[in-house]
This record gives sequence, C-alpha cells and structure tokens, in this order.
Amino acid sequence: MKKTLIALLMMSAATPALAQDLGQKPPEATPVVTTEEEGLSGSVSFEGNLEDLGIAIPGFATDRNAQTPANTSGTAALGKELAQVVYNDLKNNGLFKPTGPGSLPQPSYGEITAPSWGTWSSRSSEMLVQGYVRAGADGRLTVGCYLYDVALNKELARAGWVVPPVDWRRAAHKCADLVYSRLSGESPFFDSRIAYIAETGPKDNRVKRLAIMDSDGANHRFITNGRATALTPRYSPDYRKLLYLSYIDGNPRIYSYDIGTGRQTLITESRNPTFAPRWSPDGRWVLYSMAVGGNTDIYRVSAEGGASVRLTDGPGIDIGGSYSPDGRQIVFESDRSGSQQCYVMNADGSNQRRISFGGSRCATPEWSPRGDQIAFTNASSFNIAVMNPNGGGVRTLTNGWQDEAPTWAPNGRVIQFFRTERNSGRTALYQVDLTGQNLRRLATPVDASDPAWGPILP
Amino acid sequence: MNRAFTTVLLVSAAALSACKKEPPASLPPEPEPTVTSTPNTGSTAPVPGTQEHFVQGVNGQNVIYFDTDRYNIDSADAAALQTQAQYLSRYPQVNITIEGHADERGTREYNLALGERRANAAKNYLVGLGIAAGRINVVSYGKERPVALGSNEAAWAQNRRAVSVVIN
Repeated sequence: MKKTLIALLMMSAATPALAQDLGQKPPEATPVVTTEEEGLSGSVSFEGNLEDLGIAIPGFATDRNAQTPANTSGTAALGKELAQVVYNDLKNNGLFKPTGPGSLPQPSYGEITAPSWGTWSSRSSEMLVQGYVRAGADGRLTVGCYLYDVALNKELARAGWVVPPVDWRRAAHKCADLVYSRLSGESPFFDSRIAYIAETGPKDNRVKRLAIMDSDGANHRFITNGRATALTPRYSPDYRKLLYLSYIDGNPRIYSYDIGTGRQTLITESRNPTFAPRWSPDGRWVLYSMAVGGNTDIYRVSAEGGASVRLTDGPGIDIGGSYSPDGRQIVFESDRSGSQQCYVMNADGSNQRRISFGGSRCATPEWSPRGDQIAFTNASSFNIAVMNPNGGGVRTLTNGWQDEAPTWAPNGRVIQFFRTERNSGRTALYQVDLTGQNLRRLATPVDASDPAWGPILP
Repeated sequence: MNRAFTTVLLVSAAALSACKKEPPASLPPEPEPTVTSTPNTGSTAPVPGTQEHFVQGVNGQNVIYFDTDRYNIDSADAAALQTQAQYLSRYPQVNITIEGHADERGTREYNLALGERRANAAKNYLVGLGIAAGRINVVSYGKERPVALGSNEAAWAQNRRAVSVVIN
C-alpha cells in the first residue's frame, strides 16, 4: 500500500508545473491529542543490557472491526499494522530485542488493560507492549498504548492519542517513543520528520528534488519537480516551513517554502547568492550565508523577513551555523585560518573563537539538541565525528568513502548523514548512534542526500 | 572596502604566484552553451556573440583550473583570461557568465562558496584587464556539475574550474 502511494505521488509530481518548480503541496501537520491515560512510574525488573531486553509487541486490538480510511480492511487489520510500526521503529534502530505481531498471539480487546500474564511469561520477553485502536463516530482514531513488565506482572507506562486516520502512523511512533523513553530514560525521537534531497540521473546531470518523509521513511512526498536543482533543506521547528536552496532563477538562493500556502519567498532580497540556511531553535531567526564578491559571511534575519544583520566579516568563507539549544551561541565553519575549521560565536556575532584543532578540516557543525555535543564532517577523511562544544573529546563515528552533513535526531542520540559512493556518485542516507554503534541505511525511494531531521512533531 | 582590499591582494598574489598547479591530463569536454545558438546551416563559420565563436576566438581557453581548495589565478589562468579579455575587448556587445565549480571532495555548502570565490577571482582578473564588471555575470555550481566523472585526482583537477560562457 505504501509502495502504491509513493508511485502515485511520483506520477503526480512528475507533471510539470507552469510557473514554479513546486509540485503538490504536502499536508499540514495536525496536532495529536493525548487522551487522559496517565503514565505510571515504577522500577523495571530487568537489569541486563537494554539491547538484550526482550519486548513482545502483539497486534493492537480493536473493540469492533470498524471501517477506516487508514486501512482498507478495517481497524482489526490496522491494529496489526500499528504494532508492526512500533516493532519496526525499535528493530530498525537496534533498540531492545523486539518480537513483532507476526509471530505472537493476538490479545483480545479486553486483555489490553488486563494482560494474560500466563501467555507472556511462558515466552522469553521481559516486556510486553499492548495497544488498542478504536474508530470514533467522527472518523478519528483513538489509539492506546500500554507497556508491561512481564516478570512483575505490572504496568510501567500507558498513553493514548486521538488522531485523524491519515496520521495513524504517528500514534504508532508515539507508542514506540513511550516504550523507548520509559525503558531507556532518553527523550523520544520517532514521532518526527526528515527533509532531504532526492537524487536521480547520471553523475553529470543529477536531478535534485526537495522531499520529506517520516523518521522511518514512510509518508514520503516530493515537494519540487526537479526542474531546478534543490539543495540543503531545513525544517522549521514548528514544521510549517522549509528553508532550502534552489536554482529556480538560475542562481543559488535560499527560499522559505510555506507548507500551508504552498508558496515560497526569498529569504533576503539581494542579488547575491545565498547558501546554508539554518533555523534558530525557537524558529524566530534564520541564519544564512551570502557571498558578496566571492567573500562569504553569515547573516541573521527574522523568520518574518526584514533587515539582515551580518554576524561575521572577515575575509574568507564563513558558512553554515548551528545554534546551541538555548539559542545563545552559534557554531559555524570558516576557512579564515587557511582551511575549513569550526568556530563558536555568541548569537550576536561577538567572541568568535576556533574550537577545532585536530589537524583535520572541520565542516558542517551541528549542535546537538541536548547541547553537550557538536557533530561535524571531518572534511579531510570525510567521516562523521562528534566533539564537545569546546572542541575536545573528538570521536569519529563512520568510515565511508565520503560521509558528510550530520543532522541530529530530536533527542540527540542518533545522527543521520549522507554517504556518497566512489565513482558512481550515488548517495544514500545513513544513521549511526551517538556511541558509533548500529550504523544502518535508511531506505529511500531514490538516492538521497542533505538530510535534515526535525524536532518531535507538535 | 574590505572587498576591494581582498581583490587587490588577489590580483597581486596571482601575479606573484608560481605555477604549482598540475594541468589536467586532458581537457574536459566543452560545457553546453547556456543559450541556444542560431542553427548552423552547415558550412557557415560561427557567428560573433555565440559560445562557439567565443571558444574558437579564445583558442579553447574559456576554462581555467584551480588547485585543491585554492582560487588564485596562476600564470596559465592569467594567459587564458588575457585571451578572453582580448576577445571581449574586440566584441564589446558580448557579455559572459563565469561559472565557478569545485570537485566532489568537499562538503556541499563550502563548495558552493568556493565555486563563487573562484568565479569571482576570474571575474576580478578580467576587470583588472579593463573589462567592465557589468559585462561579467558570476554563478557558482559548487560540486553539482562535474565534467569529469571519475573519483580520482585527474578527474578532480578537471572539475576545479571556472568556465566562461557567452550570454545572449
């Protein structure tokens, strides 16, 4: 079903637009209502490594098999799909030892809040995730999610959400986030989206289109048609806008694309080329880099428009820029020393100081949402690395032929980046844990680069 | 004024710099002209104002090459740009766009800025030779438009370039 959806989208997006490069406009994010189920606290019986923690995730139950736009076979089949999404989230990220609904008995609706402990204690899973889905009279879906400790016969957490049918996967991601957060103590990250550049065509004639998808690759949409090269997107923190670079008028310039209206505007009225757009954590400010006569500096402008403020003014290429989570500092890249290195400055441009001294080139720094780490591209070896905000504690996380452009998961535990293949120039998105463990590829319909992971959805 | 200062430095650095650059083993194919030239009926020579005429007029020296991470105009580049300047002086109605490019061994955003810097270095040199700045447009493609497709030193040397293209 997902495949059909993507195929349809591709066909509609392939129809050339008249005046613009923009295709079908993506749906606006709808808020998810959390129902009254209160999370419980308490200790967990399991004391081993989290990657060895067995979690059984049987199909979610339904009170009655109702019709829903979310699944052609009704809410019973949808329940299995919900559990499958939760299972895939945990499995694909190397979290715990989950078992999916395909190899587990299906609990009844009544058992969701009163587990059949005997059934589950005879299996090797220490934890049990159960859930239900109900279709309301208004068509909206209510999804409940329960986490149980099987050894203790005890509930550890529960939550429920009311979603429009189109957002059913978000309820599953929220359930996976609940399980992950409760068991690991980390913040959630599954209920989020990624903007990136979809690539097709030969190396000397690549077609590059702005595209978006959920954190697991589902709900994929192309936003531009590919007539103009699109590069380096960034989701606004509220997911209402996308900043990206387009050659639509023949020159590289940053546009702000409004997802609600489908319109886009230049981030600054200037004839000069602009690159490397970045949002402030509160979404009120935009950083961009502008080349004037070959000299590139970093500027700040209000997200609503208006006059820009130049933050750097030295000769050389000052580019990029990533705010610390508190918005007070900016890490950026500059070749003022003769090679690409990473620098930190105050948000007003004062107190610029170099932080990278490892002997390699430091590029595309991105401040972790947790604030304690900066990810960057080692532009000498072309690997992804992290360091402390003072430049110390450098750890290299990847070793592809060319890895670049790290972007953080909303909780700062996972880094996504893109990898280019030698000679062919083909690109793909990869993820790696902050620990350097669990490197994996994120499947995309076509080649992919320039990922930008947004925060937890509003 | 900062910029003017940089420009002066640039040109003088270019004049002083020795040719340390490895020339590409083979010349890359000519870029496609960005304008559609008038259809050639067969035997007629290229017409002034076309990319074909320009390339012929500068003996194929409409492309200059750069070292890794560099944007200085070395002696070979200077010779090519002098030829271009002569052509542009002779045909004052012809305007050009200089496309700046980088090889694939750089991060995307930095390469966009680097391509811009290279194209401007070429532009500034032509302006220094008396060509009006208003006749020269500049655009950076970063690493987005390679002409040599391999992932090796020879290919990268061909891709680190500034290409002069006639605007119609």
